[in-house]
Amino acid sequence: MIAHAENLLEMKGIKKSFHQNHVLKGIDLDVKAGEVHVLLGENGAGKSTLIKILTGAYQKDAGEIYWEGQLAQLHTPVDAIKLGIATIYQELNVIPHLKVYENIFLGRELKKKGKMSLLDRKAMLEEAKRCLQMLGQSPDLADQKLGDLGIGQQQLVEIAKALALEAKLIIMDEPTSSLSAKEVEQLYNCVEQLKAKGIAIVFISHRLEEIKRLGDRITILRDGFKIETLPVKTTDPDYWIELMVGRTLDEKFPKQTFPLGKEGFRVENIEVAGAPGPVSFSVRYGEIVGIAGLVGAGRTELARAIFGADPSRNGKIFIDGKEVKIKSPRDAIDAGIAFITEDRKGEGLLLDQKLDFNIVMANMKKFKKKSRLIDLKGIREEAQRFIKELKVRPDNIDLNARNLSGGNQQKVVIAKWLCTHAKVFIFDEPTRGIDVGAKVEVYRLMNQLVVNGAIVIMISSELPEILGMCDRVLVMSEGKITADLPIQEATQERIMKAATGV
Amino acid sequence: MSQVVIQTENEVTKKNRPLKKLLSKFGPLIGLVLLSSVLTLLSDKFLTVNNIMNIARQSTINALLAIGMLLPILTAGIDLSVGSVLAISVMFMGIVSVNLGMSPIVGILVCLLMGAGFGWLNGILLTKLRLPHPFISTLGTMNIARGIALIVTAAAPIAGFPYMIQFLGREFVGPIPVSFLLVIVVYVIFHIFLTRTQTGRYIYAIGGNPEAARLSGINVDRVLIIVYTISGLMAGLAGLVMVGRVNSAFPLAGLSYELDAIAAVIIGGASFLGGVGTVWGTLIGALIIAVLRNGLNLLNVSADFQMTVIGAVIIAAVYVDVLRQRKSKKS
Repeated sequence: MIAHAENLLEMKGIKKSFHQNHVLKGIDLDVKAGEVHVLLGENGAGKSTLIKILTGAYQKDAGEIYWEGQLAQLHTPVDAIKLGIATIYQELNVIPHLKVYENIFLGRELKKKGKMSLLDRKAMLEEAKRCLQMLGQSPDLADQKLGDLGIGQQQLVEIAKALALEAKLIIMDEPTSSLSAKEVEQLYNCVEQLKAKGIAIVFISHRLEEIKRLGDRITILRDGFKIETLPVKTTDPDYWIELMVGRTLDEKFPKQTFPLGKEGFRVENIEVAGAPGPVSFSVRYGEIVGIAGLVGAGRTELARAIFGADPSRNGKIFIDGKEVKIKSPRDAIDAGIAFITEDRKGEGLLLDQKLDFNIVMANMKKFKKKSRLIDLKGIREEAQRFIKELKVRPDNIDLNARNLSGGNQQKVVIAKWLCTHAKVFIFDEPTRGIDVGAKVEVYRLMNQLVVNGAIVIMISSELPEILGMCDRVLVMSEGKITADLPIQEATQERIMKAATGV
Repeated sequence: MSQVVIQTENEVTKKNRPLKKLLSKFGPLIGLVLLSSVLTLLSDKFLTVNNIMNIARQSTINALLAIGMLLPILTAGIDLSVGSVLAISVMFMGIVSVNLGMSPIVGILVCLLMGAGFGWLNGILLTKLRLPHPFISTLGTMNIARGIALIVTAAAPIAGFPYMIQFLGREFVGPIPVSFLLVIVVYVIFHIFLTRTQTGRYIYAIGGNPEAARLSGINVDRVLIIVYTISGLMAGLAGLVMVGRVNSAFPLAGLSYELDAIAAVIIGGASFLGGVGTVWGTLIGALIIAVLRNGLNLLNVSADFQMTVIGAVIIAAVYVDVLRQRKSKKS
């Protein structure tokens, strides 16, 4: 086989198994210099494994990798870096106490010649400034403490680091998943700059709009196979999804409308961390209320205040017209409130505990017998029931939560809250980082909750999902609710206007 | 709901080969059996009823401290004060029941309450003063307790305890030391506590992810205070056994015992990162240390050299665990 010279990277027939489990079943991928090549696939389709082979973290079982037309050996991460392959992971690899330029040169600091190898701070600063400028950033950033920067800028520092390493190919693994709208814009610009310099980008994303906007070509993976590589501009996202899930997805948003009932949940003048004044709103039975806004608008803080997650704050909360006193998460749970947090791993799961324990964690007292011992069999049965109901895969309650994919982890977190028999469900970014199929399942579950007489509130930064699933939209900006729109009046434009406060 | 089949790379973990599972579950036990086999070959005095009972008796104090220590370690904490708390508990028991001549029952209560009280203080320092890590709060109380133990008795030992106090540490049922029976009972109680009660499960939850635990409605502070109180209580109980064994309380009793207790917990497979560890692993960890000391004594190895060997065993045991985990993560 001869590699095509115009390709920077060519992977051919890549196979990889873990024990008997074939994860990659012969994948081809070619990437040209100066293109943004998107990888799309459901969780578990093989994207991360493929990337890990490319970065030298895993060894392929079969297949060849050509780099600039030459057969390349990738045995360790160092091999990949030497070739010019850099990776920006979802979880950033930076050290917050160090300055930006120190992060950029971490592990390969420049030293002064002949002076007992003292560090050449000046040279490093200069080079760091040059790389930051290439990304359209202010050179002054170089001397700041990294921890003082926002998450978006920290990510740009990582990209600057890749430039300092003279990377020719940068892999970005869902780089926008935790950025605010403004930071996302900045990253898009930066990607354009990199493209213009002839740097190739392998871009992993679940967000179809951004793929459409940034991508040149898209490769779709499913069950360890490459399904197809297509030009982005001339193909339809619905077709990509069809290829990705292997069937036509009836609808992205399975919205159902229910008759509107009486008011079931009301928040009166609650104090929210960082907000200028108290916040009030109410939700009626039969509706799903979305809370839209930019990152940092105070939406998560509002949810935390309702849930008693931060030290007690003033304000009244009513469920079915009766006031409930909430001083701690325990009070909130006892009052029937569930809070599905944004950060699954950090705030939702016990990664090294089995699924059954994760599921009953918030309602263990239900399983306390008269002897004060807990009913282990009862716990297993209850967990098994939820796993079946929510179609968690693999459906083995003896697995630790760590071993599940993102979408399935999210289902376990939701199961935990279903298990508390809550009446009010607050979802904070419930579909972040999970694939399209799992998203639809989460939406269906919200419908189910409404049918069963629960109050459902969804905080989301994804406007399509707010518009697709909610009956009413609250928009927050700088700690205030700036708009309360019935879905018929909610347009992308009106929401963005209220969110940016113009 | 839609029928998306989601496969994960880790699906294999559920079909883990049985031998590997056995190894990872019973690793410390296999270590204990191997160690005992080697010692049986090297010394004909090792595998005798007498010697086994000797090991059982020698392991008890560390076993009691270690099971107490398991709880803070499960919550990703540590209790450095147990050795000193043991000392202050026995000194006050001596003052009450020997110097003041009060009833031995009062003495025993004072001993246990002193232990639990210092443990409670550790919990309060950690949760209410919000000291950054229990390493610090318990390092402080370790010195405070030891200092008070020296001050109140002007550094002098107290001897001549009533029989009732000595009973636990001194008596035998047939060939079996009462103190070892106590250990078995305590361990069974701890096993039930950790696996079958709400508080016990919460301890694992807090060690695994304190923020998730809190947002799931768990009163983290309350559980931590219970954890350190129990650890202190076990130090008091270990002190009671010790006084029975040597019929004397001295202010330097239990010096650096916390380190053997930590070693037993870690050799027994618990993780310093919290959330992982079992009661039976800890028992085996305590027994490994006792067998090692006993065997080296039988082989006439000097105490200095024993320290070196135990140090090496700690590192080796944890390294084996690290290798095992690395392997399971890769697959």
